[in-house]
Amino acid sequence: MSNIPADLRYTASHEWARLEADGTVTVGISDHAQEALGDVVFVELPEVGKALAAEQEAGVVESVKAASDIYAPVAGEVIAINEALTDSPELVNSDPYGSWFFKLKPNDAGDLGKLLDAAGYEAACAAGA
Amino acid sequence: MGLRTPLYDQHLALGARIVDFGGWDMPLHYGSQVEEHHQVRRDCGVFDVSHMTVVDVLGADAGIWLRRLLANDVAHLKSPGKALYSVMLNERGGVIDDLIVYLADFGYRLVLNAATRERDLDWIRGQAAGFVVELRERRDLAMLAIQGPKARARTGELLAASRAALIHELRPFEGLTEGDWFIARTGYTGEDGLEILLPAAQAPDFFNDLVGAGIAPGGLGARDTLRLEAGLNLHGREMDESVSPLAANLGWTIAWDPAGRDFIGRAALEAQRRAGGQPKLVGLLLEERGVLRARQVVRVDGLGEGEITSGSFSPTLGKSIALARVPAATGERAEVEIRGRWLPVRVVRPNFVRHGKALI
Repeated sequence: MSNIPADLRYTASHEWARLEADGTVTVGISDHAQEALGDVVFVELPEVGKALAAEQEAGVVESVKAASDIYAPVAGEVIAINEALTDSPELVNSDPYGSWFFKLKPNDAGDLGKLLDAAGYEAACAAGA
Repeated sequence: MGLRTPLYDQHLALGARIVDFGGWDMPLHYGSQVEEHHQVRRDCGVFDVSHMTVVDVLGADAGIWLRRLLANDVAHLKSPGKALYSVMLNERGGVIDDLIVYLADFGYRLVLNAATRERDLDWIRGQAAGFVVELRERRDLAMLAIQGPKARARTGELLAASRAALIHELRPFEGLTEGDWFIARTGYTGEDGLEILLPAAQAPDFFNDLVGAGIAPGGLGARDTLRLEAGLNLHGREMDESVSPLAANLGWTIAWDPAGRDFIGRAALEAQRRAGGQPKLVGLLLEERGVLRARQVVRVDGLGEGEITSGSFSPTLGKSIALARVPAATGERAEVEIRGRWLPVRVVRPNFVRHGKALI
């Protein structure tokens, strides 16, 4: 069973999102996602400053097996990207919740409430999403 | 539920992620495909390849018949133990399958692909009419590939003296019977190693012994990146019934001499050779970050387009590599389209890694 921390929010497309104290949102991919992908070998991150709509493509994660798009969980502007993943993409496998992809300044922090909570995400994974 | 090898329960117990491969439930990896790959390059690993198709060919006409069935010539096998790689062609010169044929004390043994099993058996049986041959599919056997620089030494330590001695003495591409086992020094990884055929009932214990001795199990994922680095073709990717071996870097496997040997597909291949213009299979190396994948388009300046047949990340090189079919005159540079961007690639000989060493 994959690890699904209770303090995060999730999407059906397997991103996690965390609302920080300063009102920004940190985004990564779930333990379930990294396990399904297998060894991650390449990560393509969005450009800082880019405005993303909710569910818009924000980057790509490639494993030995396949390429998979990463989506913005909520609408907002990209304010930081995790350059460490460019050189060490395997961190996504070893520490999926520490290996954030990008940070957003959300248009509306309330949008996080529309995402799945841990129980909802666990149910979505069990249903084969 | 798919077909299962005699080692299915062992795979589950080792935490394998199971995927469908040609109708078989097979391990993709047991945690990390990249780690399994490195194990084989640096030490050794074991793969369950019991899904492969094994057919023994017996009877007075076995040799004559195989000289017609196969594009390579079994007359080159002078004594039991010798093996050769061949393609099996249709009349149009397309590749029905590729295989290894061993000359054994009992006759010939063919090891063919799993995904093409039904087509292969239909074809082989159809071609046997009028010849004194007996075909025996060996579903009673399991097959393990133990691959890596330490594979022979570490396997020998686990076996009785007679088998260990045989493993020590085998030369590359040789395979011999030892009791109810058949032990060959062959493989699909670009490393030294063994392929062992043994009665299915004995396979779980032997597999457990290997794993218990620290020989890591590897899945189909690592098997694919290992063969890709070694530049070895996979049927269904680099070639199929619509592709000539001349367009798949397999011209070396065609035994043209003697000219009078009328193997199936010969006339078509000779016509192709006279006509010229077949594309070629090359290696590609992506120097930028990204991953080359099958079916991506390759653009060659002034010559036209080609296509990637297999692509992945090379764990040994730390870069993405691919096999691609491109126009025959392609030089050292090309471009590949990845998600709408054209990225430059180096065109290289399709042989990236051998015996643990990068060749490019």
